[in-house]
Amino acid sequence: MKPPPFTYVAATSVAEAVAALAAHDGEAKVIAGGQSLVPMLNFRLLAPAALVDINGIRELDFVDATADGGLRIGALTRHYTLLTSPDVAERFPVLGEAMRHVAHLAIRNRGTIGGSLSHADPAAELPMMVTLLDATLTVAGPGGERQLAAADFFDGALTTVLAEDELLTTITLPPLPQPHGWGFHEFAQRAGDFALAAAAVVLTADDGAAANVRLAVMGVDENPSRIAAAEAALVGQPVSDDTIAAAAAAVREAVDPPEDLHGSATYRRHLVGGLVERAIRDAWARATGNAGGAA
Amino acid sequence: MIPKVPITVTVNGRTYEREVPPRLHLADFLREDLHLTGTHVGCEHGICGACTILLNGDSVRSCLTFAVQANGAEITTVEGLGTPDDLSPLQQAFREHHALQCGFCTPGMLMSTIDLMQKGTPATEEAVRGALSGNLCRCTGYENIVRAVLAAMEAAGPEGKAAEGTENEAGANG
Repeated sequence: MKPPPFTYVAATSVAEAVAALAAHDGEAKVIAGGQSLVPMLNFRLLAPAALVDINGIRELDFVDATADGGLRIGALTRHYTLLTSPDVAERFPVLGEAMRHVAHLAIRNRGTIGGSLSHADPAAELPMMVTLLDATLTVAGPGGERQLAAADFFDGALTTVLAEDELLTTITLPPLPQPHGWGFHEFAQRAGDFALAAAAVVLTADDGAAANVRLAVMGVDENPSRIAAAEAALVGQPVSDDTIAAAAAAVREAVDPPEDLHGSATYRRHLVGGLVERAIRDAWARATGNAGGAA
Repeated sequence: MIPKVPITVTVNGRTYEREVPPRLHLADFLREDLHLTGTHVGCEHGICGACTILLNGDSVRSCLTFAVQANGAEITTVEGLGTPDDLSPLQQAFREHHALQCGFCTPGMLMSTIDLMQKGTPATEEAVRGALSGNLCRCTGYENIVRAVLAAMEAAGPEGKAAEGTENEAGANG
């Protein structure tokens, strides 16, 4: 279908965008890549009075390698830019791998990290990645900026804590220990589709024992989440079949998967455990320099 | 009544000045305002890929882009590739390999292929299938499309990434 009528505002600065959002008193939506918003408009699931287009805010399109070994990413950075960024590949290879699963080329050319995070689809890769990587999200509003931990940003499916007059501007990824091992596994019914489930793991091997373990899953709850019990099941000992099984069991226990025509909750719970097992094996193989089978 | 917005766009090398309502899809602008009906509208929510065009050199869904957002942009549609008497090398490869039946998906397939070639997709069946998985075809079973794309890639060679009549756009945002 065709979208309902709206007024169009092309913002050229963050201040302009925030002012335009505030001026519409909660009736305006931000459009960045538009790859999730425009389908919702076309289906008439949304009827905002105005769209505030931030594609002209050039200073929000950047990937900066920070001195501490992390990254700062502008909210308007396209998926294709992240997919092909040497800094992402070097510092956060797990993110680079996740980007290979995001949609298709024409969507990646347009879609942005800020848009994906603000849309907060429970089966999208980027919300899971900022959760896994403990990102700090910088948000601009009429009263200035505030910083949010990624874990506090998502507030249920397709919902964030962003106020109606706020704009996500920057994503800051703190450094990972180097070297580290990582694993990412996703299952979708077709390449580029939203996942039924995915799992990502980052860890180090310290004196033969797993340390600095982070484990996140998505598609199996309202929001992507780290599973503390699964991380705890791995820490402090070598990764083995037993610890992997314990971590997968902890994940299956912790999640509350949705149920739809693509799969039952039982199926998704089973599936995510399998993906977790594979992700742990890959991460451990990479961390111990035994990554031959992990590619 | 929401006022129309003046825009200036360059499509296939020709510059147009028009006034558009903000909610007008770029696809509908191309088809109905400029009468460039080679760009097809299928699902209208970004799944089928039939409306794929090049915006400043990059493939995008013209059903998920508003015409007003294309103000100042350079656009290439299938009409900018070849003509019936002088097909582009990629179009020629599609013909030679019988890569279309009803033809509805073909403009999107061609435009997506130009972008996957210029972005250095490896000339392997797996890579081509992956890169074209955002374009749906209900006739061919894809076999001949993949063959045509691989043949076009081979003919273009490693230096031919940015071939196919997109000289202006490929440099602009590539």
